[in-house]
Amino acid sequence: MGTRPSSRLVDVIRKHESGILADWVKTQFSILKSTERLSESALRADCERFLPLLRAALQASGDEDIMTPAWDGPRDMLSELSRLRAKAGYTPSETAVFVMSLKQPLFERLRGEIGRDADTLADEVWHTTLLLDRLALFTTEVYQKGRDEIILRQQEEMLELSTPVVQLWDGILALPLIGTLDSARTQVVMENLLQRIVETGAGIAIIDITGVPTVDTLVAQHLLKTVAAARLMGADCIISGIRPQIAQTIVHLGVELSTVVTKATLADAFAIALRKTGASLARGSKS
Amino acid sequence: MERIPILKMNEFLLVSIQVDMHDRLAMTLQDDLTERIVRDRARGVLIDISSLEVVDSFIGRMIGNIAAMARVLDAETVVVGMRPAVAITLVELGLSLDGVRTSLNVDKGMELLRTALANGDGHHDDDR
Amino acid sequence: MTIDETLPVRSSNDIVVVRQMVRASAVQLGFNLVEQTKIVTAASELARNTIDYGGGGVARVQSLRQAGRIGLRLTFEDKGPGIADIELALKDGYTTGGGLGLGLSGAKRLSNEFAIESRPGEGTRVTITRWK
Repeated sequence: MGTRPSSRLVDVIRKHESGILADWVKTQFSILKSTERLSESALRADCERFLPLLRAALQASGDEDIMTPAWDGPRDMLSELSRLRAKAGYTPSETAVFVMSLKQPLFERLRGEIGRDADTLADEVWHTTLLLDRLALFTTEVYQKGRDEIILRQQEEMLELSTPVVQLWDGILALPLIGTLDSARTQVVMENLLQRIVETGAGIAIIDITGVPTVDTLVAQHLLKTVAAARLMGADCIISGIRPQIAQTIVHLGVELSTVVTKATLADAFAIALRKTGASLARGSKS
Repeated sequence: MERIPILKMNEFLLVSIQVDMHDRLAMTLQDDLTERIVRDRARGVLIDISSLEVVDSFIGRMIGNIAAMARVLDAETVVVGMRPAVAITLVELGLSLDGVRTSLNVDKGMELLRTALANGDGHHDDDR
Repeated sequence: MTIDETLPVRSSNDIVVVRQMVRASAVQLGFNLVEQTKIVTAASELARNTIDYGGGGVARVQSLRQAGRIGLRLTFEDKGPGIADIELALKDGYTTGGGLGLGLSGAKRLSNEFAIESRPGEGTRVTITRWK
């Protein structure tokens, strides 16, 4: 019979749809109910949606290649299901179980229909299992992609939180950088700083790198590009917290720092910034 | 003919560039500005580019020309409202806008112009 | 989601059209704002060169998909006089004075990939690509 899909399967699903649904839902619910995440009615709704899609795809398709257009219906629904479950915190197994637990109800009814014809039964069971395995693997892949997207987004959010731009004074912003900087992170952080400069109308931004252990060429270049960009926009930057080691590295790398104002500490930078903006403190101005 | 409006704000002229400039529009603007600086005895020109999503070397040259021409007529120029994405791109592009002052917005731009004029500044790059 | 458009680049109005097309394409492919700005600016520079130095030509905007990466490729082609000394043309001129140098080298800096073919009397083709 080669790779012809199970034509008996289509009949079986059609004849025994409600029975299959009941068994299928029951099996899943008993596996998943301990996780307290799913309601039986929601689960039943998902199953009721999937079965007709499966039947239609089986009728329309010529083989078990689930990537063909005939299988768009079941694939789309499984994609949606996997994404939702990934977001809701299900494990990959809990997500694949949706498809896997359909095997038993189907095999039982196939056996009931085909009866004593061992060869045909073996064939049908083989095709069915091949198909469901592929669908289950598909859900796992989509699940994984969903998790990856969530992780990426969480990383971006953490980036934002870990490098907040602080307003020290009217018109003076500070960006205390902490930890090791990589090229991608530095870019995001710098774009954020420039955006804040526009939003607050700050004339001066202090970039403090006291908390940065090492600076490589790429990061140093990003810093300088940010200073240049800020200047183009009409704001000044001061880089503070350059420790002797970093200063050496920067000079070694041949990075051009002469056009940038640098100060040893954030406090010094702040004082300069205050002076530049013409502000004076009651306790004794440094003018 | 399409032209970019030039507004008078106190002793300064304000130009808001909001459209994608093509050559003729740029030439017309430069001509109009020259005329207005003389006619209104303007001491400063503010070029507002806060609407521009892209600034290429053509616009950069136009701005440079306007600043140079204004200086000859004893007026200073300030470019205001450059967007962060534009600034980052210009740095990468290598366009420096040398000799042109910049400010974050029109108010700060006017402040800058007044300070520059009060100090009798001709032209200072680093001192803002 | 495939993009493959060829636009005329003959007048300064065409530059505006090219910019808008490149912007729309970059947005569609999911580039962030800074990346969009960089490629649109590069396109503007090259389009202008095509008119000013190439006597007019065409611009092709293509989406790419290679090894799971998404990219945007722009090709500017003209049948103008060509460039005699490409190395010289690529040398930087960090001034608002501009000239051929700033546009070409600038576009190169704003892109991930840059290629130029040109021979005197045979026209010029510049291809830039930005990957997401």
